[in-house]
Amino acid sequence: MYRRDFLKKTGAGVGLAGMGLAAMEVSSLLLPANARAVPAGVLGSKLDVAFKKKLATAALDTATKAGATYCDVRIGRYLRQFVITREDKVQNVVNTESTGAGIRVIVNGAWGFAASKDLDVDGIIAATSQAVAIARANSKLQTDPVQLAPTKGVGEVSWATPIKKSPMEVPIKEKVDLLMSVNGAALKAGADYIRSVIFAVNEQKYFASTDGSFIDQDVHRIWAPFRVTAIDKASGKFRERSGLSAPMGRGYEYLDPTPAGRVALPGGAVVYSSSYDMHADATAAAQQAREKLKARSVKPGKYDLVLDPSHLWLTIHESVGHATELDRVLGYEANYAGTSFATLDKWRSKSFKYGSPNVTIFADKIQPGTLGAVGYDDEGVKTGRWDLIKDGILVNYQVIRDQAHILGLAESQGCCYADSWSSVQFQRMANVSLAPGAKPLGVGEMIKGVENGIYIVGDGSFSIDQQRYNAQFGGQLFYEIKDGKITEMIEDVAYQMRTPDFWNACVGVCDQHDFRFGGSFFDGKGQPGQISAVSHGSSTARFNGINVINTARSLG
Amino acid sequence: MSIYSESDANAILKKVVALSKADECTASLEGSIEGNVRYALNNVSTSGIVSNAELAVQVAFGKRAGTATINEFDDASLRRVVARAEELARLAPENPEFMPAITRQAYQPTATFVDKTAGITPEYRAQVAADCIVPCRANKLVAAGFFNDGQSFSSLANSNGNFGYQRATSLDFTCTVRTDDAQGSGWVARNLADVSRFSAPTEIQIAMDKARRSSAAKALEPGKYTVILEPAASVDLLTHMLGGFDAREADEGRSFMTKKGGGNKLGEKVFDERVTLYADPADPSAPVLPWDDDGLPRAHTPIVTNGVVDHLQYSRYWAKLKGKETVGQPGNLIMLGGEKSTMDLVKTTQKGVLVTRTWYIRMVDPQTVLLTGLTRDGTFYVENGEIKYPIKNFRFNESPVIMLNNVEEFGKPVRVMPQEAPTVMMVPPMKLREFTFSSLSDAV
Repeated sequence: MYRRDFLKKTGAGVGLAGMGLAAMEVSSLLLPANARAVPAGVLGSKLDVAFKKKLATAALDTATKAGATYCDVRIGRYLRQFVITREDKVQNVVNTESTGAGIRVIVNGAWGFAASKDLDVDGIIAATSQAVAIARANSKLQTDPVQLAPTKGVGEVSWATPIKKSPMEVPIKEKVDLLMSVNGAALKAGADYIRSVIFAVNEQKYFASTDGSFIDQDVHRIWAPFRVTAIDKASGKFRERSGLSAPMGRGYEYLDPTPAGRVALPGGAVVYSSSYDMHADATAAAQQAREKLKARSVKPGKYDLVLDPSHLWLTIHESVGHATELDRVLGYEANYAGTSFATLDKWRSKSFKYGSPNVTIFADKIQPGTLGAVGYDDEGVKTGRWDLIKDGILVNYQVIRDQAHILGLAESQGCCYADSWSSVQFQRMANVSLAPGAKPLGVGEMIKGVENGIYIVGDGSFSIDQQRYNAQFGGQLFYEIKDGKITEMIEDVAYQMRTPDFWNACVGVCDQHDFRFGGSFFDGKGQPGQISAVSHGSSTARFNGINVINTARSLG
Repeated sequence: MSIYSESDANAILKKVVALSKADECTASLEGSIEGNVRYALNNVSTSGIVSNAELAVQVAFGKRAGTATINEFDDASLRRVVARAEELARLAPENPEFMPAITRQAYQPTATFVDKTAGITPEYRAQVAADCIVPCRANKLVAAGFFNDGQSFSSLANSNGNFGYQRATSLDFTCTVRTDDAQGSGWVARNLADVSRFSAPTEIQIAMDKARRSSAAKALEPGKYTVILEPAASVDLLTHMLGGFDAREADEGRSFMTKKGGGNKLGEKVFDERVTLYADPADPSAPVLPWDDDGLPRAHTPIVTNGVVDHLQYSRYWAKLKGKETVGQPGNLIMLGGEKSTMDLVKTTQKGVLVTRTWYIRMVDPQTVLLTGLTRDGTFYVENGEIKYPIKNFRFNESPVIMLNNVEEFGKPVRVMPQEAPTVMMVPPMKLREFTFSSLSDAV
């Protein structure tokens, strides 16, 4: 609240919702605490691994000598680049860098954490001593000692996001040229306004622990959102259409269009999978925004919904991803993000029907190209994949090392993450995805079976209660389905749901050929708030008898 | 050390401005020390102190601007940050909307700094947590809360000789109390400048009382109800409307302030005549810095008077284009009301719903500012002037613009901090008719 973000000053705007998923406004881009702007040339470089190991070893030795039974050190360098435009103007180009180390220890069974921006042996040792002192103080109030699930040391290893083109090394001019061309295409196709952004992230993270791990990771993410506005001056009406891409754990090659990445949907909309054609999407967005101005307003009532993965990811995120975070289930997030309806008694019963037998939802930190994919989490645990809901039944949660014992697990699932070297790592959502249907089923075939339905593409407004029961979702594009055929575009659609009812109304999921990802850079949690990036995969799925409301209002 | 005196800040900023060889240079230096304690399940979970200072330098060659920031302030670092800003400015394309650095200003100091708040200790924070946890443990209740306080300084200077310096303090407290059977949930929040007006033992009673009284809630049919919104329940609906006050968005045709056929609604009656809103950096209950992010001086600015819009926010560029005066972007918002408390408004209500708090509010349609969200942590049915029984939480679909046309009565404004916006506000408890609840939530 005190620290003024210079991005705000220079017109980009900065926003973050700590209580859930932040509104993904093109204008709300986040600058991390302690970040500083740097010129482009700095972005290609890295800290020397031997130097990081020397610092980490100093911290581990200091902690052990001071009586810590466990210590981990994260030496991080967090780079971001934003290119921000509207219409024919580049509003801002910003590079930021944030470097430092966070040290976490267990002393007398209690956690302590401290961080330092001073990357030298003296700075690291001072922070380690502070972490030990905090742990010692905390241990006096603590009723139960921390139980850390064992994790085998992996020695000196490294992992990197498999990218072809580092977004940080692509010249600013190339990015500016792309966005100017995208904006021009939208304006030419009938948009009145467009805002567009290229947002690249590189987390260079070194982790070391007293378990004997020295893990060097180089994580890349990219996102190219835009929003088009079409205006009808006579009626005063305006409509917006946002881009249909997903933020991905990929390099700049994601923005090189390929035929394989283009997915043409029944009804005429085009979405994207392994690569993104921003230019084509902006052109379509302008045309569709104009079409939305004239589209018929939906008649409220019960409909069978056919939900595209570009839409369904957000429903999965809110109604399953958050509901199965164990710290929420236990009450640790009660004052902010809230708790969860998916309580331990439901899990223990082994018979709680979270959804229909068509619904298998899994968590993972390994799917290539996803935002959650890393080799090891922020407490040195090798990442993997596990089921949360199996054939409709709640079977598991998302946990970290000090929570594994609560579920009787022998090891952590690897869900630990901190958004900066300066913030303490805690349980964050893994990728949470709906497994594709086992039987061959395409979207066209699925739509053929629907008598009275709505086909929804893209994510819109989203809101869910603090126990993840009641939710409401909008979208970008809505098509009416009558007697197995798409008839026309409609507008003013939002659906309301009660989580278990919604997932139990799932009558079909398309096969793996339709499996695609959506995601967010800005999942907020904790006090003080931290952000996290997460992907959600699914194939198109059908939900019967869902309550649809009409969102049009008149201001008189 | 991250709090600099006025003379130290001035010396650093002067050096920076002198180092720049660009056509113009604007620099700002800010620092803060914040302390917090977090607790959940009747135990302290984390506590910490975060200290940081940052220098931001913006330079321009013609219409090419570059910005760089740094958190070290020795001479070599100052040279480096200026060089980086200049390098970025040379790389940047020309911005046709670039506006030159502001002229020298005379800022009127405001009372944003309170000594006692700056003096909060780790022991005080631990005591806040204990004051919440101990009574809850004794009453089969479970507390989860967060207390965050801080002191800061802000300073700015530019190559036109402008300079400003001011210090500030703040304090923010929230606590959720749940019954140990998870059937009831209550909440309390307080945002203050002066810690001597804060009492955790008093505040926690509000959340405890709401937790107990909200247990075993009954289901009421969704529909249109007369509501009594506590200030914390309406503030985040109001902030979602503020973007619509941007003059450019309105003129471009994409705001609820857009006039049919073109232009904006400046001077038109958009709200009930009892709605009066203004900004005032010197407001004694919610003082803010006397300048905005551009360094423009903030002033007492009427925004809505008796329902008529008398201010839209013009950026410097848009003001120049439209031939308008530009004033500093408000840092606070004061809404007028009456003298009644929330409970006084309940007393005059025949049938209605009392809402403690709203949650996860998102824009559904920016054309009408239709918002959706839910009630949380204490929703009650009111009949014949009394709170009758707790009711299940509702989802609402409502526009603050429509809501502020359905006014029954406003009570006495109190200081509240929105959950998702940085604008401190004075907001009255509101009694409103025909508020739209669209579905029930099972969430406690």
